Amino acid sequence: MIPEIGQFALTIALLLALTQATLPLIGASRGHRTWIALAVPTGQAQFVFVAIAFGCLAYSFITNDFSVLNVATNSNSQLPLHYRLAATWGSHEGSLLLWALMLALWTAAVSLFSRHLPEEMVARVLSVMGIISVGFLLFMLLTSNPFTRLFPVPIDGRDLNPLLQDPGMVVHPPMLYMGYVGFSVAFAFAIAALIGGRLDATWARWSRPWTTVAWMFLTCGIALGSFWAYYELGWGGWWFWDPVENASFMPWLIGTALIHSLAVTEKRGGFKSWTVLLAISAFSLSLLGTFLVRSGVLTSVHTFAADPKRGVFILAFLVLVIGGSLVLYAWRAKQVGLGGKFEVVSRESFLLSNNVLLAVAAGSVLLGTLYPLIVDALGMGKLSVGPPYFNLVFVPLMAPAIFLMGIGPLARWKKASLPDLVTRLRWAFVISVLSALALPFVFGQWQALVSLGLMLAIWIVTSAVVNLRERVRVTSGQLTTFQKLRMQSRSYYGMQLAHLGVAVFVVGVTMVTGYQLEQDVRMQPGDTVNAGGYEFKFNGTTNVVGPNYQAARAEIIVSRNGTEIERMHPEKRNYTARGDVMTETAIDSGLFRDLYVSLGEPVSGGAWSVRVYYKPFVGWIWGGALLMALGGGVALTDRRYALAARKEREARAVVKTPEVPAAVAASVQMEP
Amino acid sequence: MKRRHKRIAFILVGLAGLAVAAYLVASAFRNNLVFFFSPTQVAAREAPVNQTFRIGGLVQEGTLKRENDGLTVRFTVTDTAASIPVVYKGILPDLFKEGKGCVAQGKIGADGVFEADQVLAKHDENYMPPEAGDAIDKAKHAKEASKTVVAN
Repeated sequence: MIPEIGQFALTIALLLALTQATLPLIGASRGHRTWIALAVPTGQAQFVFVAIAFGCLAYSFITNDFSVLNVATNSNSQLPLHYRLAATWGSHEGSLLLWALMLALWTAAVSLFSRHLPEEMVARVLSVMGIISVGFLLFMLLTSNPFTRLFPVPIDGRDLNPLLQDPGMVVHPPMLYMGYVGFSVAFAFAIAALIGGRLDATWARWSRPWTTVAWMFLTCGIALGSFWAYYELGWGGWWFWDPVENASFMPWLIGTALIHSLAVTEKRGGFKSWTVLLAISAFSLSLLGTFLVRSGVLTSVHTFAADPKRGVFILAFLVLVIGGSLVLYAWRAKQVGLGGKFEVVSRESFLLSNNVLLAVAAGSVLLGTLYPLIVDALGMGKLSVGPPYFNLVFVPLMAPAIFLMGIGPLARWKKASLPDLVTRLRWAFVISVLSALALPFVFGQWQALVSLGLMLAIWIVTSAVVNLRERVRVTSGQLTTFQKLRMQSRSYYGMQLAHLGVAVFVVGVTMVTGYQLEQDVRMQPGDTVNAGGYEFKFNGTTNVVGPNYQAARAEIIVSRNGTEIERMHPEKRNYTARGDVMTETAIDSGLFRDLYVSLGEPVSGGAWSVRVYYKPFVGWIWGGALLMALGGGVALTDRRYALAARKEREARAVVKTPEVPAAVAASVQMEP
Repeated sequence: MKRRHKRIAFILVGLAGLAVAAYLVASAFRNNLVFFFSPTQVAAREAPVNQTFRIGGLVQEGTLKRENDGLTVRFTVTDTAASIPVVYKGILPDLFKEGKGCVAQGKIGADGVFEADQVLAKHDENYMPPEAGDAIDKAKHAKEASKTVVAN
């Protein structure tokens, strides 16, 4: 019964989305105020029904209803409760439902938090989101119904892929999807602006917080995914340039560019067309990511489904959405205009360079990800693009981008002076170069790339300090330094925090790439091996039994200079329902290093092949990402958003004269 | 005039930057393409010597052997038509099994043994890597085609 309710709720949600996608949009262009007014209630009702559908699926998983195909293939009565819940989005169908739920959630959020915006703007935004929702709900109902029944009913389920039985899997997909789908708001705002012909600083201020929130989620989602790969796959890597990782990284790169470009549009009214193009691209790449991961075109960890029919549907939808929005862009971008003029040396041009570098980086990832697929589709053979390609491209592209990060915030808008910038930043530069040249000797051998990485990281910090000092100095009034520091805006601190996150991230990547030690060894019980000044002693394995698996559990005693510091217990698990073998890594995390041990295979007579890794500063990679996201969060709390929202509300309450356009007047009357 | 000069300079710098980026990307790209060859193709010496490529197919039953160091393994990859011996030093992925699909990356040695530096992990016991599946399908078609020729 419950699955049928879920399916019924999905159908109603589709009908609501159809209404939401069409009537308010038409209403906004024709000035039908009743049609415009439909946007908010249909959007919110759609959320309620998608949530009911999701709840029904989750209920089926929690109560082990194996008459539902999806539950039978992805769950098992032995599976612990939290993984049964996570299994709701572990499958292709379930993850699509999660996608739709996220989209509905964003829709509801826009309808709730945009009361101060002109009503026809909100109507258009919600309509565009409705169109996307129609696509996904239709896709689900036509090709990937999560509620399909199974007969005869099996006694037990096939279990969830053991790789996904992990706390990271409970959080990673929702985070990532919140990010992916969140760019739909920036996209919808851009499309609404193109249709309505209104694109100015106010528009940028409206869409900026939404973009930042989406970007924060995406940042956290990618970092979680990377962390999950690090400890779950058992190879000790944190990024593999796997197509699925690339699929989430491309929208992130473009989203980062978009955040910066929106800043210019808000502060200077510049980069208008470019901002719109980025908003369209960011969401298009999110859709492309969904297509790549969900259509089964990739050879990858994440491809649980391999059904070409679904691929064709998503591809058609992709062409429709991306093609349609680009056509609209080509047609309307001229009306949007380019925005304010600026000199070659100015904050605008620094931000533009950052944007170009990020876009080129995203383009090169796109090339490396799609080329093998295109070649394969054309029947020209099978090939893959190796990680060295991405590494080779990324270092020269990101190094100047990160260097500019130090200068940009200090440059004036419109026109800056290069000699002036040099004078202000020379000490920051000297300090970063000198310390970067010296520091590698502390850690071991001197390497050019390590020095470069450290220089960039220190440069971000020193130039930020210079910036902060100047800011305090120009703040007038009889105040203490602390009070002056408190007077700086939240969005300023948010930016600095996010940039600091980049510095921390760069340190992590640089150190782990330069100084990690990886040893694959054969170990008899009693054998020891050394890595990074630590001694690892293998004490053999014992058999343990888990809720839905059996495992060989090793004990490895780690000591340094003869004193024991840690006992590590990596496992090799055999999941009984599927017969899958899984490696459970043991990691001893520290601020400056991780010790990483995982079991390979039993060799002979109690001996095992073992991976023993020493990873300096690896935690900084995810810590940096977290700081970036946190920076976004701080910027969101900036007072100007709340102030502007209040002003706009007040302005609309005052405007009651009959001269205002019909739609605006109508929206005022609609106000409760 | 001055304004125009500036704009031209701006555009030129931008174009130069893009050209450098495009060059970087293109050259890195060319040097890092890894092609895939089936055991049949490798046996027919179609695969490049001294260049990294991928090979895929089934791990032939009964061929997986471990050397005394405990880390070096030898096995044979087959597409049912041809078989290529592979040697790999390292830890095999969890789902590497005899009779299942696998993809290995490395170079072919002078002795005809494929020296893998990477054996790719697959995460579902019923999942066939597309490359491996493709190689096996092709070999099957080739066999059937030759059978029909004989029958005629």
